[in-house]
Order: sequence, then C-alpha cells, then structure tokens
Amino acid sequence: MNNDCSDLGSQEKKAKMQVVRSHTHRASYPSNDAVSVPTIPLYRSAPSLEVKLEEFESFAIDRLRVLKGISDGLSRGKKPEEMATLVKDLWKANMRHQHASEVLNKDIISHFVLRLVYCRTEELRKWFLSMESALFRYRFRDQSAEAQRAVMEEFDLPYKAISNVEYEGVKDKLVQVARSLGQNSSTVDAIYYKVPFEEVPELVAGRKVFLNQGFAYVAMSQVVSLVATLFRSQLSKALILTNRKWISSIRENEKHRLTPIVEAMSSSYLGPDYSQPREYGEITLKDIDQVAKSSFPLCMRHLFDKLREDHHLKHGGRMQLGLFLKGVGLNLDDALAFWRAEFSKKVGLEKFEKEYAYNVRHNYGKEGKRTDYTPYSCQKIISATPGAGDQHGCPYRHFSEENLRAALSTMGVNSRAMEDVINKVRNRHYQLACTLTFEALHGMPSSGINHPNQYFSDSQKIFQQKVSSRLQLIFKPILVNCTSSPRTSNKGYGCGEANEQRRCLKGGETSMEGFFSLSSFGYRKELI
Amino acid sequence: MAREEVNNEIDEMLIDGYEVQQGQGGDTTLPDEFNANYLKLYYGKLFPHADLYKWMSYGNDGKHPACDPSYLGRREFSYTLDNDIYVRFQSFNSAAELENSIKDKCPFKIDIGPVYSVDPSKRHAYAQSGDNVFTPVERELIFDIDISDYDDVRYCCSGADVCLNCWPLMTVAIKVIDTALRVDFGFKHILWAFSGRRGVHCWVCDAKARKLSNEGRAAIAEYFRVYKGNENSYKKVSLTGHALHPFLARSYTDVLKEFFETKLLSSQNLLSSEERFEKILEMIPDQSVTSELRGKWQESRRSSSVKEDINVVRWEQLKQLLQSGKYKAQRLHRCVEEIVFSFTYPRLDMEVSKHMNHLLKAPFCVHPKTGRVCVPIDPNHCEEFDPTTVPTLSQLLEELNREGLTTDVEGEWNKTSLRSAIRLFRFLFLQPLLEACKKEIESSYNAKLKQSKDLLSW
Repeated sequence: MNNDCSDLGSQEKKAKMQVVRSHTHRASYPSNDAVSVPTIPLYRSAPSLEVKLEEFESFAIDRLRVLKGISDGLSRGKKPEEMATLVKDLWKANMRHQHASEVLNKDIISHFVLRLVYCRTEELRKWFLSMESALFRYRFRDQSAEAQRAVMEEFDLPYKAISNVEYEGVKDKLVQVARSLGQNSSTVDAIYYKVPFEEVPELVAGRKVFLNQGFAYVAMSQVVSLVATLFRSQLSKALILTNRKWISSIRENEKHRLTPIVEAMSSSYLGPDYSQPREYGEITLKDIDQVAKSSFPLCMRHLFDKLREDHHLKHGGRMQLGLFLKGVGLNLDDALAFWRAEFSKKVGLEKFEKEYAYNVRHNYGKEGKRTDYTPYSCQKIISATPGAGDQHGCPYRHFSEENLRAALSTMGVNSRAMEDVINKVRNRHYQLACTLTFEALHGMPSSGINHPNQYFSDSQKIFQQKVSSRLQLIFKPILVNCTSSPRTSNKGYGCGEANEQRRCLKGGETSMEGFFSLSSFGYRKELI
Repeated sequence: MAREEVNNEIDEMLIDGYEVQQGQGGDTTLPDEFNANYLKLYYGKLFPHADLYKWMSYGNDGKHPACDPSYLGRREFSYTLDNDIYVRFQSFNSAAELENSIKDKCPFKIDIGPVYSVDPSKRHAYAQSGDNVFTPVERELIFDIDISDYDDVRYCCSGADVCLNCWPLMTVAIKVIDTALRVDFGFKHILWAFSGRRGVHCWVCDAKARKLSNEGRAAIAEYFRVYKGNENSYKKVSLTGHALHPFLARSYTDVLKEFFETKLLSSQNLLSSEERFEKILEMIPDQSVTSELRGKWQESRRSSSVKEDINVVRWEQLKQLLQSGKYKAQRLHRCVEEIVFSFTYPRLDMEVSKHMNHLLKAPFCVHPKTGRVCVPIDPNHCEEFDPTTVPTLSQLLEELNREGLTTDVEGEWNKTSLRSAIRLFRFLFLQPLLEACKKEIESSYNAKLKQSKDLLSW
C-alpha cells in the first residue's frame, strides 16, 4: 500500500491540470479512473485536461456546496440512513452538468481544485478529508454490488474472503456481533474479510466487528468502511503532497490567476475560526460575569457556572471553556487570573501554578508545541464524549432532558420556546436547538449557530446595535436641553431600555438582568 | 571520573543520614515524608536506569546494522523538578546521558512522551525550515485509569483516596483491558504499573501499537468505552441490540458478574440502605418493577435474617423479578447487565489514549504525595497487588541502611523490597519485549537486503 501511495505522489507531480481562459476542445478523460466509468473515481492523479477559468471556480463551488451540506448533516447528528439520502440529494442538486459526458469531468476537476484550496493548513486539510471521505462513503454505498467490487479491485485490496473452514470456526462470534448490532441471525452475511484491525478503525470503535488476535472480521456489507478508510488515507497523503507543491511553486506561479481564487474560496465557506479575537476587542475580568450571563451559549454558560460553583473543571471542560474565552478576547494574563481565582479555592494556589497554569499558557501557545489553539466549533463539541465527572460537551446532546430543561429555564428560555428547543433535541438537531435558544433570548432571528464564539459575537452585535441606537436617543435630549443634569439623562436611559426590553425579549427575569449588565458594558465600549 | 565523584558524594550522604538518625532516636526509621535528599539517594542507588534505557531503546542500542541510532534521542522526556518547575522536551542519546541527567536534576517526576521525527530538544532549529517536520511518529498505546473516576459507585473513599475495599475495581479494570488487548487486539508486550496513588497506567509496547495513528488509538479507546454517562445525564451504561458484543459478553461472564455479586455488593453495601438502593432502582426504567422492589425492601429491613448478607439477598430479588418474565418491557431486557457494567466496568481516561503526544509518568518514579514507587503490576496476579504495601521511598532507604554498605552483584536494589518489582519488570516485560524487537530489526534488515538484491539483479 505504501508503494502505491508514493506512486500516487509522483504521478501527481507529473500530471498537470491546465487552466485556460478560452474554451477549447476538451480531451476525454484518459486516466485509469475512466475505466470504471459509472462508478466513483478514486482521484488518483490530476487529470490532464484543460479547464476554463470560470469552470475552475464554479465547479469547485458546486462541490463545496455538497461538502458543506454533508458537514451540516454530520454536525446535526444525522443517522447513516439520513446521511445517505442527504448526500444523494446534494449530489443531484449540485453536481449535474448539462452534458452527460461532462459529469465525470466536473466531479474530478472540482475535487482537484478543492484539494488545492484545502491543502493549505492542517485545519483545512482535516475538514476536507472528513467531508470527502464521507462523500465517498455514501456514494460507494449507493453503488451496485458489481460497481462496488470494481472499486475494491481498483484499490487492490490485499484481503481475501475467509474460507468456509475458518468461517465455521468463528461463526458463533460473528452471529453474536450481528445480533449485538440488532440484526437477526438469519440475515447474517456469509462473506467475511479478515483484515488488520487498524484498517477499519470506525468498525472497531463502534464494536461492529468481531476481533481476534489483531484481526477484524469484516462482513461484506461493512466493506464500505474498509474502502473508505483506504480512500481517506490515500487522500490524506495526497493532500500533504499537494500542500508542498502549493508552497514550493503553484502559489507563486499562479499569483495573478489561480491563487486569489483559491485563497478566497476556503475562507468564504468555512467561516472564521475565531482564533483571532479582533472583532470586539478584549473583554476583561470585570466584564466576564456580565457577558457570561448575556452572551455565552449554554455549553459555555454551564461550564462557567460549574466552575464558579465547584472551583474546578476536568480537562475537557477546561479546554472547551478556556479556548472559548480566548476567542472571546480574554488575554493570557486575565485568563490566568480567572482560572487561578477559581482553582485556588479548591486545590490551592500552589497546585494551580504547578498543574494547571501550564495548560492555560499552553492554550495560548506559550508552552509546549507553541501552537495557538483555536476555539472548539459546535461540531467538535457535539462529537465530544464526556465521561464520569465531566461537564463539557454540548448540553443539547449530552444532558438528560430534565437537566436540559432546568438549564434552559435558568438561562431564561420561556416555556413555549422551551418546547421548540426540546423538539429539536429529540430529533437530534442540536445546533438548531441552540439557534432557537439564541432567538428566544435575543428576540431576533439568527442565521444559525455553528460555533460558540459565533453565538457570542452575534449576541454582542445585537446588544451593541441596541445600545448605540439608544445612545442616540439619550444624547438627543442632552443636546436639545442642555440644562438637564446627567442624572436625568441617566434616568431616561434606563426607561428607554426597559421599554426596549419588553419589545425585544420574551425571556424571563434572568436574561433581562443579563441584558442590563451587558448594555452597560457595551455602552462603555462605545465611549472608548 | 565525574561519575565516581557523584557516587562518592552519595555514599557520604548515606552515611550522614544514617548517623543523624542514629543520633536522634537510636532506631533506624527515617522520617516518613518525601524529600529531595531521599530522592537523590533513590536515583543514585535504586532506580533501574539501565532497564529504562533498554526499554526506551527498543533494541536500537545494539550493533546490528539495521539499528536506528537516533531512536532514543528522538524520545521526549519531561521533568517536574523541585519548586514545581516543569521542563519539557528533554532528550538523551545514550544510557549514560539519561542516567546522569536523572541523577543530576533529581526530578520529582519523570514523564515519557512520544518519539518525534527529530530530536525534540532541537525542535526550534527545525521549526525554522517552515515545513512541519517536528511531529510525533511513535508512541506506546497508553491507558490511564483513576479510582477517582469511580466516585459515584464507591462509598468507602472519594477523590484520590483509595482503600482495599475499592482498589479491586482497579484489579477488575486490569483484567478486562489486559485480556482484550491480548486476545482481541493480539498485543503481547503490555506493562501495567501502579501510578503511585490512585490508579494504574498501562503501556502497550508492541511495534504495531507504537506505530498506531491517532485514529487507530481513538478506535481502540472507543472499543473499550461502555460507560457513557457524564455529570448531567442519568443513564450511565446503555446496552442495546439482541446480544452483547463478544468482548463485552466475555468481560461480563469471566470477570464483572462474579466480582459484582461476590465482592462489590457486600464490600460497598450497594443495597443496604434506602439511599443506596434508590440509586440502583433509578437504573430500572420501569415504575412497576421499582415500586415492587422498593416495597419489599422497605418492609424487609428488619425482618431479614442476620446470617445472609442483605445486599446479596436484595440483588437476588432484583434479578429474579427482572428475569422472571413477569414484566415484559423491552427496555428491561439488559437491565441486570447494565447495572453490573455501571458499577464495575473499567472507566478509562479517553483523552490519554487517543493521542500520540500525551505524556505519562515513567514507572519506578516516586509519587511525591504518597512517597510510593510506581511499581509494575503483574496482570496475571493483579488481585494480589496491594497498593497500601507498595514500598515507599523512606522504607527503601531504611532497608538500604539496614543492609549497610555490602555490595550486591545485581545492584543495591536487590537487597530491598524493590527487588520483586524490578525482577517483574525485567523478566515478565522487558526480556520478551527486547527479544521481539531484535527479531523485528533482523527481519526488516533481511527484507531490505532482499529488496536491494532484487534491484541489483535488474
């Protein structure tokens, strides 16, 4: 397999995808991918065909729509069957071409353009790898058995189906596994492949295979996992190579043509990663309790409250909250002071400095590998696996319904909105549940929550808009009536706010309280 | 020459320490606490430097042409020094370098990290080149199990405390995980060690384990994960499907069930009081069952005979009711198993196992809080391991002083209670491991040789 991959690399270096401005005739696709025409291409080498500049971009954007749709589906916790339908629909909607003969070319071209777009950082590569692998998996599942076997042959899988004798020897266990997965013993596969367990990590992780002496017994119906893992590892290696090539030549050579397109495309779709808290400047320790109440999403609010209550959080919680606070704009010194103040109450100052301060500095890239870590996205938080004593994760996913209800009402979600939120949770739409919570608390529609730091900044935006419009109201009377004392103008400010609140907020008492304190924070910011 | 001086100094200190003790109380007991001077003696006289070096070299210290002489030098060691100074990215190129550094710095704790692509102490030089060449490439597959993660199922202790009533939970964890690592995953070179205070560490050292990707590590950790509860949800263990996976079924019938019924029920008094049995009733998702049991147990509080353990009696009643078929609810299907799993199944710290770059305390370190040595545990006899009798630093030094200055061919440790721990490390773990490494190096060399011959023939 290794040899195979290094071959891939050299092939890729040789192959050139030429981009032309004018439309010229296009050679039919010549690579080995074309042999298995109706099945899925494995993208082993860049096609040597000419691509119009417009298509370079538009094909890639079409594919990006598919990948983005997959990403959304995954982060909403869709089941495999739901994902299968979703992928099918996304593909149909975006990847068609008016000429049937061009469909395959569009598939291949768009894939290679996006490789260029997403090869450039670890974070981008990771995202692209996950989404392309998911796409491949669901497309593979959708193929006929014959087409699937063709793909397997192309991968040159070194595994053979186990013999009858071996099958009889482990049959009991295989049936047991199938039954543990909810299948009836009568429908158990008769064809099994025996592969090293590390080739099928997801089947191992889900205890979906029988393991013995390092080998996993993979049923024919599970082969997709094996193929998808191979696809993934080959793409992963290819992306590293593409990145090297991008740095060493493409970026410079295409400075005026492709580079701007490539660089624009990833940022426009992935959204900001909130590693640079520029937007709202910094928040300080003094503000933190106020903004926590008004603008933290539930996952962070919960951690924050727990920390204040227990003066301790386990590692997962410290990471999730710590990086969020960094993204929100808490600087390192304040972060140290913040964690110290809480932890020292429980473990003592000495132990904090010894065992925990390092981690805080580490998150800010001041220790160890010196990577500046980025705050966790919803997807990452939802897929967390909090264990005993852990407080982190997504409350919408990881709380029992009862605890979630209690937490939401503490936040100030009223009972009608609550039912909507719980409904979303029951359908495993965790991010939608969070979005509804946001809307209920802010009295404004939201474009959808994808990142805790986005929740925070959207919330801040709303409050600041309200404050600045109110400021105008306040300053007008001052200008018109210069005799009025600051005291009265302050009063006016308070009244206006109370009225505004009634209109904007359907939430309960607690959120109003949060609203008050935040506006004073926003107010001060405006003046500075 | 330099080494000799160090040794002299240590001899002197030993004599000093001995005499001071004699003068003070007339007996040979040392004050019980952990201190830096004791530690210096420990590293000077007892710590098995050579064994640590051999382990970390994985056969790459030999003369064989296929050995990788840079191997040890790419391994990260981290020290926690006195005054809580934490030093990362230490690396050593030879046995002498490693030993001298430990003796010199006298770290309160030594952590072992991954093997990187380049020497970690020179990582900044490589960072200049732009490409991310400084990256972990090898690391033992590790597991960390802490008794403090069992606080909701033990009533004898909490937090970092541990006693002989709750320690068997660790024994059970070792049995379940060790068997699965060997039988399911086919690993052979597994080291279990006491973490010095409240848990155990596991190092899987087979070449295949060391080379696992993060994804492969996460998959194994997930394979072992049954306990899914967190602080904010009730359901701790959820078993679905028509049968248990063979791994879970084996763990249940071979280890967990018996442990729960014959040991844990009584030792933790799981059903003796209302508060405690309510916790178990909470796990039964059927009101009619729970109220029937509750009624029985509240009544029987006084009438039960003294002879029989009330926990066992109640457990049998619960099982009988759930398995009698009187209540046919679908959800009650696996309830007995779920309760047993909730209370006994190993709880791993997942994050430690999932990534290559997690640091883990080296065996034979001394825990600064307890003064106990992180000794290896024999998984085949793990029920005999008693964390309260693990040798402490002061105890070892007493033994050393009592024996006086007579030398032992094997090393000073041979006269102390560290003897069995070091022998266990050597004969049960290190020797078979190094033999396997030698074979691997040999066969990879032969394969290369063959390859180059094939090339020549072209």
